[in-house]
Amino acid sequence: MLEGILMGLTTAFSIKNLLMVIGGCLIGTFIGMLPGLGPMSIIAIMIPVAITIGDPSAALILLAGVYYGAIFGGSTSSILINAPGVASTVATSFDGYPMARQGKAGKALTIAAISSFCGGTIGAILLMIFAPVLASVALSFHSAEYFALMVVGLSAIATFAGTGQVAKAIMMTVAGLMLATVGEAALFNAPRFTGGVMDLQSGFSFITLAMAMFALPEAIFLVLDPKRSNTGDGGSGEIKDLRITCDEARAIAPVIGRQSIQGFLIGVLPGAGATIASFLGYAVERNIATDDDKKMFGKGSIKGLSAPETANNAACTGSFVPLLTLGIPGSGTTAILLGALVALNVTPGPRLMIDEPQIFWSVIISMYLGNLVLLILNLPLIPYIAKILAVPRNYLIPFILFFTLMGAYIGQNNATELLILVGLGVVATILRLADFPLPPLLIGFILGSMLENNFARSMQLYDGPSFIWERPMTMGLLILAVALVFLPGLRARRARIGRE
Amino acid sequence: MTLDRWIASVFLVVCLVYGYTAFFTMDAGLPPFMKRNPIWPSTFPKVLAGLGIVCALLVIVNTKPRSIKEDEIDYRRLGDYRIGQAAILVVLMIAYAFALRPIGFVASTVLFLMVSGIALGERKLHILIPVALMTALFIWFLVNNVLGIFLRPWPWPWFVT
Repeated sequence: MLEGILMGLTTAFSIKNLLMVIGGCLIGTFIGMLPGLGPMSIIAIMIPVAITIGDPSAALILLAGVYYGAIFGGSTSSILINAPGVASTVATSFDGYPMARQGKAGKALTIAAISSFCGGTIGAILLMIFAPVLASVALSFHSAEYFALMVVGLSAIATFAGTGQVAKAIMMTVAGLMLATVGEAALFNAPRFTGGVMDLQSGFSFITLAMAMFALPEAIFLVLDPKRSNTGDGGSGEIKDLRITCDEARAIAPVIGRQSIQGFLIGVLPGAGATIASFLGYAVERNIATDDDKKMFGKGSIKGLSAPETANNAACTGSFVPLLTLGIPGSGTTAILLGALVALNVTPGPRLMIDEPQIFWSVIISMYLGNLVLLILNLPLIPYIAKILAVPRNYLIPFILFFTLMGAYIGQNNATELLILVGLGVVATILRLADFPLPPLLIGFILGSMLENNFARSMQLYDGPSFIWERPMTMGLLILAVALVFLPGLRARRARIGRE
Repeated sequence: MTLDRWIASVFLVVCLVYGYTAFFTMDAGLPPFMKRNPIWPSTFPKVLAGLGIVCALLVIVNTKPRSIKEDEIDYRRLGDYRIGQAAILVVLMIAYAFALRPIGFVASTVLFLMVSGIALGERKLHILIPVALMTALFIWFLVNNVLGIFLRPWPWPWFVT
């Protein structure tokens, strides 16, 4: 193994590969900032470039750099304009955007960069040590466990809204799950709930829904109440202030530690990926926080920002475990990377580490490098990126609306998508006025099809719902899900009785 | 009735329609061999419809009037806010969707950015117009030439589809 690591170090630190990782991170960050272009699309766009390079190590290093850069770029638009371009950065906007609104955009971006760096780096160390063992554990997870894991994720998020709001949050989750059933279901090959509209045949697009739920209502709120916009004070300094105090560093350190490990382990599971890792990371940190800290979640908590950022980067690294060791892509992005590997005549799988150790290890080493380059490149750029918020309101709002519309349009190249976006955006604004939590709706939508597919597969395998009681891990996870929904209510009731 | 209850009532109606489709119409065209499967296309929607109805009823029954926090927008006093500007921007977004194909990306984007800026009170047209034009051209170049996603920049003659 040591020989392999040394070989990887030599390859990754060559001038050519260093340039690849720097170039990849830069391209990924800037294109990733455009809502609608997530890592998957950017990597797909970069594949012809990677194939032209020819050298598999260099090509993979470039693509890994693009991957990390795109995730950081997505976080930037989530934090600054509440427009999460990819599912894995939705949770980042829960606390990142409130921080930006309080004039702490620079700090929020710094915390995001540092958390991403730590999550990715710790993930890479874990990948190096545990890759072969974890790959075999991940394979023991069946569709029944995936189904139960997603139910846990959804219930954890439903309790996100806090006591008194749980019914509303579950209602929103169900609404999201219902939206996910619109269109042609992969398992049944039959269109559902399309109402004969051709444009709904493939269902609602994630980007459209994300923009409609977050960016559009926010822009409309900024128009309705100009006091909400914190623009025009770019010179005040705080927006650009990157400093994190010792207390803040101490507060986020344990979060980073926990979420690096949890995010990595979730990322290893094929199909789970960075999205579930970031939501679960957020929900877990919120649930274990002290009562005072808990009140801050959703209002600009640094822990709430650090948790999903750490978890999604660690999960991205984790998702390389099944890809590199088993040849199984764990997410859409790694599926595209698998395509690139095959095009470069590299066959991932158990033999990759033995037959082509320089590729295996140089990719892992380049992950450390990618994270380091991201930190070095992005920290000095943060004051300039944060200045977006200093753009006057009369310009900022039309631009947010334009990028929101573009995000939906680029993905589908269809003007009907824009009408769906505006319609859903108006509905989301009304829901926000009545204080209905919107994140559970989007999360329900994202996990909906995966949840149904795993449920259907388990039902088919066990010829009915017996998988729930026949598989102990499934049972355990489902009990945990029920507990997550009911425990906060019980705790609140006990506290109320105690006070009386 | 509070807005929460109105929303929950609308959601209840949606769930009833959704549930009706799942229970009574969705499986009508299901081939006979699929009817032996333990799971049908309607199985998951049926569960969701049930859950949705329960949640909507819980919200209708449990909602208590709440006080509006300082940084929230009070929906009962929408007239005090700039509701007219918000409505204009929504209409402009719809117009943008309809204009994209016939007049092309660049013209529709410049018009959208300009008119929405003016609607929000911007009067420095000598800044607004160049900014809108540069943005439209830059994004078109980036998306069309760098990313390779086709965007029709200019209006094409009516006979070219």
